[in-house]
Amino acid sequence: MSGQSVGAVQPQRAHFDQPLHLRSGGVLPAYDLVYETYGTLNAAKSNAILVCHALSGHHHLAGHYADQPNNIGWWDNIVGPGRPLDTDKFFIVALNNPGGCHGSTGPSSINPATGKPWGAAFPIVAVNDWVHAQARLADRLGIDTWAAVMGGSLGGMQALRWSITYPERVRHAIVIAAAPKLSAQNIAFNDVARQAILTDPDFHGGNYYEHNTRPVRGLRLARMLGHITYLSDDQMGEKFGRELRNTAFSFGFDVEFEVESYLRYQGDKFAGHFDANTYLLMTKALDYFDPAREDNGDLKATMARTKANFLIASFSTDWRFTPARSKEIVAALLAAGRNVSYAEIDLNFGHDSFLMEDAHYHGIVGAYLGNIKL
Amino acid sequence: MTHTLGRPDFDVIAAWVEPGHRVLDLGCGDGTLLRHLIDTRGVHGVGVEIDDANVLAAIKNNINIIQGNLERGLEVFADQAFDHVVLSRTLQTVRHTEEILREMLRVGREAVVSFPNFAYWKNLRSVLDGHMPVSEDLPYAWYDTPNVRFFTLLDFEALCAKMGLVIRERSVLDEEGNAVTGEVNFLGSLAVYRLTQAR
Repeated sequence: MSGQSVGAVQPQRAHFDQPLHLRSGGVLPAYDLVYETYGTLNAAKSNAILVCHALSGHHHLAGHYADQPNNIGWWDNIVGPGRPLDTDKFFIVALNNPGGCHGSTGPSSINPATGKPWGAAFPIVAVNDWVHAQARLADRLGIDTWAAVMGGSLGGMQALRWSITYPERVRHAIVIAAAPKLSAQNIAFNDVARQAILTDPDFHGGNYYEHNTRPVRGLRLARMLGHITYLSDDQMGEKFGRELRNTAFSFGFDVEFEVESYLRYQGDKFAGHFDANTYLLMTKALDYFDPAREDNGDLKATMARTKANFLIASFSTDWRFTPARSKEIVAALLAAGRNVSYAEIDLNFGHDSFLMEDAHYHGIVGAYLGNIKL
Repeated sequence: MTHTLGRPDFDVIAAWVEPGHRVLDLGCGDGTLLRHLIDTRGVHGVGVEIDDANVLAAIKNNINIIQGNLERGLEVFADQAFDHVVLSRTLQTVRHTEEILREMLRVGREAVVSFPNFAYWKNLRSVLDGHMPVSEDLPYAWYDTPNVRFFTLLDFEALCAKMGLVIRERSVLDEEGNAVTGEVNFLGSLAVYRLTQAR
């Protein structure tokens, strides 16, 4: 791995008293955001990069905690001295979005109005709501304009949304493995995942906290399904093929093929710590994301409202958000006369490719960021 | 005569673009021509390139680069989005010749095309001597060449006539990059054309 890790890091917490009015009509009367920063904000405050997380991500982007050396950030391989998000040059900010389950105010937080966890009462949050919340964190940190806002998948959608909502506050948007809106197939997968959670008897209408239980079975299924869509057919074939855990068929329903073992492990691991209500909220935020809706579906008109320069990247084996989806964004940006570069990266890990360390992929991101003048 | 960046056709192309023009460079490599046009002519440039290493180099060059395959069309570009669409020493590597020329003039007002002339006298002599030509402008051996179409100035002009394209200007260069004026199909090693649709 080139470059170095940022090393030991510490999360921070910011409290906001000003209500956050949401796209759904709901209101968060007050909220906390947990975040981490790496590197040093320069005197001109011109070197800040916001990295937005995807469906299951959070504020712990890079480094590790001093007392948990194995708790490494979810995109550690791209952040640090000598890495594409070079902390010798940039000040990197990552946070857990409202509605999350890693410390920011979310469905498992206490609702001050009732003294009980929010649960089903937590309002539906949209990508644009997150952008507004992130803007308030930027204000708090004294950052008027981001050198770049960046993310993969749902994180890339936040970067795109930033460029539309706050055109004056984003100099560069780096949108990786994203789409301008979900397809029917994308929404269908999300709905099956939600149905798995909603129909789990332990869901209790979203208020499972009060019943001292969690819809682990539903969340596990949701993650297993999601995980299939994050990988490529080729990669699964290479990794598991039709390998059996034992030498012969057992002609039963226990774990038999290696791919089953892997998926169940991934499902168990995820369901053990993630909050099901957060999973529901994140998938709805994805489904509702469609910034061109404000322009009667004319994405070019939407992109004409932006002022940033763009790097758009997709992965050849990503069938969740295919290269064609990224090219829709590219075409709209070109038609709107924006500065845009587009890289279609040949990596074998499907949608998850955006988290992988690859010399060419990281070279593209590093070269783009390297040209940003502070 | 010395030439910009060792590419005499770049000088010809630079002289044809105006400050502020929108230029699309197809098969732009590391973006050297666009960088030159942006720095010296103040154009707004976009490049298309398929090769990973070139895409990376173009991003390092701070060029707007779109990774893609010319053979699959230019669907990310709107009609008449550019003043000039450049295809520099690349037409001979493209299989769908008519389609790329039509696409260039769909997305741009003017197509600028440069290509090596197979009828250049040294190339002809090479074939008469029994070997496929290797020259300044045809630098590959037959077994590793990316070129799939071999044609001459006369062939190209005949295709333009067949397609109803108008040749606005033509510049023919010898191997040293000096302008050739007479007997161009015989003495020219590299040709650069400005094409438009018939109006």
